[in-house]
Amino acid sequence: MATDTRPLLSRVADSLYWMARYMERAENVARLLEVNLHLQLDLPLDGNQWQPVIDTCGESALFRKRYGEATQESVVAFLAQDRDYSNSITSCLFAARENARSVRDTISSEVWEHVNGIYLRVLKAYAQPPEDLSPEIFRDLRLAGHMFQGITDATMSHNEAWHFVRLGRQMERADKTSRLLDVKYFMLLPSATGVGTPYDDLLWSAVLKSASAFEMYRQCCGRISPREVVNFLVLDPDFPRSIRHSIHRAADSLDVIREGTVCDSVRMLSEVRQELDEMDVDVMIRSGLHEYLDRLQIRLNAVGAGLQRDFFALLSQSQTQTQSVGGE
Amino acid sequence: MLFEAYKTESFHDEMFLDDGTVRPEARLLLESLQSLEEGHLQRSQLAAERMLVQMGITFNVYGEAAGTERIFPFDLIPRIVPAAEWDRIERGLKQRIRALNAFIDDIYHDQKILKDKVIPEDVIRTAASYRPQVHGINPPGGVWCHITGTDLIRHGDGEIYVLEDNLRVPSGVSYVLENRDLMKRTFPEVFEGLRIRPVDEYPSHLLETLESVAPASCDREPVVVLLTPGMYNSAYFEHSFLAQKMGIPLVQGSDLSVEDGIVWMQTTKGPRRVDVIYRRIDDDFLDPNVFRADSLLGVRGIVDAYRLGNVTLANAPGNGVADDKVVYAYVPDMIKYYEGEDAIIPNVPTYLCWRDADRQHVLQNLDKLVVKAANESGGYGMLIGPHSSKAEQDDFADRIRNNPRNYIAQPTLALSRVPTLVGDRLEGRHVDLRPYVLYGKDLEVLPGGLTRVALRKGSLVVNSSQGGGSKDTWVLAGGVNGN
Repeated sequence: MATDTRPLLSRVADSLYWMARYMERAENVARLLEVNLHLQLDLPLDGNQWQPVIDTCGESALFRKRYGEATQESVVAFLAQDRDYSNSITSCLFAARENARSVRDTISSEVWEHVNGIYLRVLKAYAQPPEDLSPEIFRDLRLAGHMFQGITDATMSHNEAWHFVRLGRQMERADKTSRLLDVKYFMLLPSATGVGTPYDDLLWSAVLKSASAFEMYRQCCGRISPREVVNFLVLDPDFPRSIRHSIHRAADSLDVIREGTVCDSVRMLSEVRQELDEMDVDVMIRSGLHEYLDRLQIRLNAVGAGLQRDFFALLSQSQTQTQSVGGE
Repeated sequence: MLFEAYKTESFHDEMFLDDGTVRPEARLLLESLQSLEEGHLQRSQLAAERMLVQMGITFNVYGEAAGTERIFPFDLIPRIVPAAEWDRIERGLKQRIRALNAFIDDIYHDQKILKDKVIPEDVIRTAASYRPQVHGINPPGGVWCHITGTDLIRHGDGEIYVLEDNLRVPSGVSYVLENRDLMKRTFPEVFEGLRIRPVDEYPSHLLETLESVAPASCDREPVVVLLTPGMYNSAYFEHSFLAQKMGIPLVQGSDLSVEDGIVWMQTTKGPRRVDVIYRRIDDDFLDPNVFRADSLLGVRGIVDAYRLGNVTLANAPGNGVADDKVVYAYVPDMIKYYEGEDAIIPNVPTYLCWRDADRQHVLQNLDKLVVKAANESGGYGMLIGPHSSKAEQDDFADRIRNNPRNYIAQPTLALSRVPTLVGDRLEGRHVDLRPYVLYGKDLEVLPGGLTRVALRKGSLVVNSSQGGGSKDTWVLAGGVNGN
């Protein structure tokens, strides 16, 4: 329970939430690229796995228009470096840094220096053409994402501001895991029902790795099976990137923020939580995983809109303007 | 050797006497600099600059893309002020700001000083920064200038002069604190044996000052906020830095609203009342109802709330009248008038172009004088005669003839110099000094201030927007090393 009485500005809460979402988003894109660069080395020559990466991000149309065919170079250029694409790693880090900069008085210096540092590092690494880009940078980014969580946890009081950071992180995680699973399941399904090929295991392992879930899955479920993978990534109560776990943490934070009173976003999020608690994986798959995940994403979006109304509203036009005044 | 070829070149040097021997207050510093192994200073300098980038201690340059802020260059060789000299500066600043505060209060009330013909009425009426909108307002405790950053320079005669008063929204104090921090981190060995007065307490003193001027009607712990134009303002780093160090909310205009003469900020738990606003937005943009109607940065109705005594604005709107460079020329008269004393720190001799005789002199000596627009700051609207072309002089001659009220001229000052790292050796570079003064229940001078340095060889312009950098300023404590 937060004990501080210092009021938190709506604008600041909004920026904290989005700072965390963008950091998480950058990390997820980096992991997706890193996993796929590795996967590529194990696949037969005709097994191009770059188009599915674009599909996972939900950007097929935009990508085709701008880059044409999905190759390693074009996908890396688009998802990692493209400043005109708002969800590229560069754009996400830029947005995370701008949000962090606007709340420098609220976050700890350590948090700001970390976000600033990774932004500057990535900018430097990206100064070269995509084919020369070392995959190391994606590993760095993944670690930077983990450090971001560690630094926010270790240097900020776990007060209302911190809970907005955690809320943003968990909402983004739930959304990303559901997208990853949605696309991959759809693609892999035909062979999943038939006799497995050697590549099925490889591809499902890649799905798990894309959520940093491979090792923890092995510990709890052993052999790779689509049903178990779905169960693990959606309904596992303990794995930090499962949808259910993320929603639980998000709802916990929202409860603290709201101090027991009910509003739209609180009500919607606790409904999602309860449904996940009661869901059975076989029912989910039988009635259509895609339909289920689609409905979940729509509901998470509705929670986001609820947060806007309940906490962040009253943002005015002046937030983004750049008029130059003040100072001697 | 760092100092092998060092020359004071007929300028007043803050570290060396004219004959090249070190000033007593700088002897220990010189010894520790000389004992450094070769390349150490350069490495420390690079480390300091890297740290500034990493820590995001930067300023925005208008017209450059977002995410590309620049650092304010920092030079590791500090400027030293001995205790006795500081004592005089401190007394001089307190005297001056007391008088300026009395002047502003008088101008927006009875205007006795005009009636007594100490200052011509015309000067005030024509000052672009005079704000008749705040006439009759009584800020708590009668304090208008809560935070001042006075620019001081030392001329070739060794005397310290006041160059500008900066009573509106002076910036730069965050660099004073960060420079000291940076020095300690990158160059701890030079502190040894010296008793340097700390600057770290500034944020808590600033907060105390702000709390002490809360409206009389405020019967609980006052809610203090810092109002910034936003993160694209050139001084945004400082705004966030001070808010963070004071532990108060950093707000933008869009976070505040005024209802029934009371200022509220929008929080996640609904509106909260605000009592004191340390505003870092210029008067013009503060309230579209009262000042510039097209401002999107300010808060509609905030001046009304201030007039009603429901909120305190620091600094008070209207202070700019005393920053006018023609009004500046009268400050020694104000000190005499309100304090009954002679000014402890003198003004730079100033020619007022609206006086016929002065104007004639200025027009005939444009190649020797520094001409300034009366209402500009930041080193803009300025002609430095000896460094100017004939065409620039002609341009200023026209401007002066067209609008004599708007121009003043001063002799070109031989600003004192401090050794500064240039490549692998030290050279003298010109500096000024901006100490910061707080005025709440009482006056308080931060021991130190921002030493700005013109990094370009021979340049006299120290502004960050025009090639200036900064140095740490060491005010020595009285006693063994200080005298």
